[in-house]
Amino acid sequence: MAAEKNEEEEQIVTPWEVAAEKGGKIDYDKLIDKFGCQRLDQSLIDRVARLTAAPPHVFLRRGVFFAHRDFNQVLDAYERGEKFYLYTGRGPSSEALHLGHLVPFMFTKYLQDAFKVPLVIQLTDDEKCMWKNLTVEESQRLARENAKDIIACGFDVSRTFIFSDFDYIGGSFYKNMVKIAQCVTYNKVVGIFGFSGEDHIGKVSFPPIQAAPSFPSSFPHLFSGKDSLRCLIPCAIDQDPYFRMTRDVAPRLGYHKPALIESSFFPALQGETGKMSASDPNSAIYVTDSAKDIKNKINRYAFSGGQDSVENHRKFGANLEVDIPFKYLGFFLEDDNELEHIRTEYGSGRMLTGEVKKRLTEVLTELVERHRRARAAVTDEMVDAFMAIRPLPNMFN
Amino acid sequence: MAITKEQLLTRLQELQIVFSKYEHPVVLTVEAQAKYVGNMKGALSKNLFLKDKKQRYYIVSALADTKVDLKVLSQRLGLGKGGVRMAPEEALSEILHVPLGCVTPFALVNESARHVSLLLDNGFKSQECFFFHPLSNDMSIAINAHDLDKFLISIGKAPAYVDLEATPTVGKGQPPDLASLVPSDAPVSADPPVKQESSKSLEKNHTSADKQPVIAAGAKPAKPSKTSTKEKPSGAVNTSSITYADTNKFVEEILEKTRTIVLSEIKEDDNIEKYREQLATIVSNNISKQLSMELKNLAIIFKNTAYTEGFKAGIHHQPKRM
Repeated sequence: MAAEKNEEEEQIVTPWEVAAEKGGKIDYDKLIDKFGCQRLDQSLIDRVARLTAAPPHVFLRRGVFFAHRDFNQVLDAYERGEKFYLYTGRGPSSEALHLGHLVPFMFTKYLQDAFKVPLVIQLTDDEKCMWKNLTVEESQRLARENAKDIIACGFDVSRTFIFSDFDYIGGSFYKNMVKIAQCVTYNKVVGIFGFSGEDHIGKVSFPPIQAAPSFPSSFPHLFSGKDSLRCLIPCAIDQDPYFRMTRDVAPRLGYHKPALIESSFFPALQGETGKMSASDPNSAIYVTDSAKDIKNKINRYAFSGGQDSVENHRKFGANLEVDIPFKYLGFFLEDDNELEHIRTEYGSGRMLTGEVKKRLTEVLTELVERHRRARAAVTDEMVDAFMAIRPLPNMFN
Repeated sequence: MAITKEQLLTRLQELQIVFSKYEHPVVLTVEAQAKYVGNMKGALSKNLFLKDKKQRYYIVSALADTKVDLKVLSQRLGLGKGGVRMAPEEALSEILHVPLGCVTPFALVNESARHVSLLLDNGFKSQECFFFHPLSNDMSIAINAHDLDKFLISIGKAPAYVDLEATPTVGKGQPPDLASLVPSDAPVSADPPVKQESSKSLEKNHTSADKQPVIAAGAKPAKPSKTSTKEKPSGAVNTSSITYADTNKFVEEILEKTRTIVLSEIKEDDNIEKYREQLATIVSNNISKQLSMELKNLAIIFKNTAYTEGFKAGIHHQPKRM
């Protein structure tokens, strides 16, 4: 079968475009094969639970974060008493954040708390300025606004450094950017990212910017003298190309390769084949949605895997493969037992879609409420504190 | 709370004040405003928001053509040369509750502007009507002196018309002629209540940082009658402000959430029957499970807020004077 498919029909997964094979879903097994990363198996999850003396995060248990590179090495080092730091980021292209945007941050917060390690968060305002043709001021403004929602996810200010490219690039960070850039030929970067002769040089020179935070010397105010500190990067799997490039460069610069822990894509309300887009407010649940909005969106737009009539549903059960409410519960319903119960009851047809949607509405409303409350507590001064270039003396405690 | 443009217009109508209103795109300068209402009946005004060295504020409203010399004005007010300057941007929002480019006598309707002094160009008196912004830059309203006075009197301000271009000498034997227009009362502090809270909780932080709210382990499952409601502590806590580093509020909230869960667990009829001796363990386990996440979230907000307050104090810290 694989031999019959030609190049154009393959799924596309790049930092700027994600598209499944015609009319289908993303095939994650194929992706892992193609990219060359590893599956995150149960033994690793158990190991995390053991090392952190806490239950593993719901995203690990449900396979949301499902792939990795060198995560086992990070855990080996951790067991020996060698710490690491976390690095994640966001491209601030819009003010409105939806639940899909929160997923990597929720997971990163868990990692920060469970392993008690510091975190750097990069806001690529320069990237969005270039790719989305925003003005410099607008992208900087969005970066600060997004920072507030990110902080609201519950990061610990005494171990977190948030920075925007426009503010921070220079000094040691820039030195690393140049060193990285020297190791990547133009042809290579075109091959990895698909740039063309028409793309401006800003785009072509961007990848080292996203690579540089993987090296501790980019943050002399934090990690001075700790050149052998490992880096773990939680991200969505479409970011893998950046870090394949970075991992290739790292040994040549004398650093550990950054480790990765990667998530699958968050489905749009309309289903796996639908596209989540900032321009369609009904394709996602936003952190600014009211309880009423959430209820409406789920009831009206969430793609249901239930049958078209009650009799058929009782007979055949729901198609859990495509049912969005059930998938969303997989992400956000903490209780494994309850989820299992819904899986059997809904899958067999004893439970109806309405009930599943109702439960999802409760879960999401609670989540969004908590986020909104936390967001209300974030002041501009708090953003300044998180973004200040300052030492973090207790970052490993 | 700040008065809105709509509330102002309603108030003017209630006072039977005659005015014409024109909507236009947001304008930040007199020139821009002129593009939209320059041809309409009414003279354009320029409005300055000034501040003196003793934190007293003034609005100077003049016809667009009137020359206003701040040095002269400062002397006439008895503040010496260079005693007034343009007020900082934050004062616009904190005191007048208007955006940039929107200084207007109408802003005095706000409580926070109670002690702002208003100087009006006596040139207005000879105009049929003149334009001001009504609290937002996307509208201009034309009003005459008589009706403007009516409005000012309604908010307790005596209209003061001044020849702004006059340059009387000020010195021995010639007292500053506008001295009476300097606000006499201590100005209303522009700091919102939150800032007062912050300084209070900064002291409290020393003790609170050590106390880890240990709820899960310590919470004994209570018999329904036992839980006594804690009164809100001293009146020092300003209930209208929101500060997330208030230790009292923090603890109150934790106790409130714990109480709610304990009570709901105990009140479940089948729980009491079913579990009896194990009720204690069951309830305290549930408390841990349900509350743990919520309390951790509360605690991180508290920590981040306290750190931010300390950080801000740190960057404004002045070195010890020798």
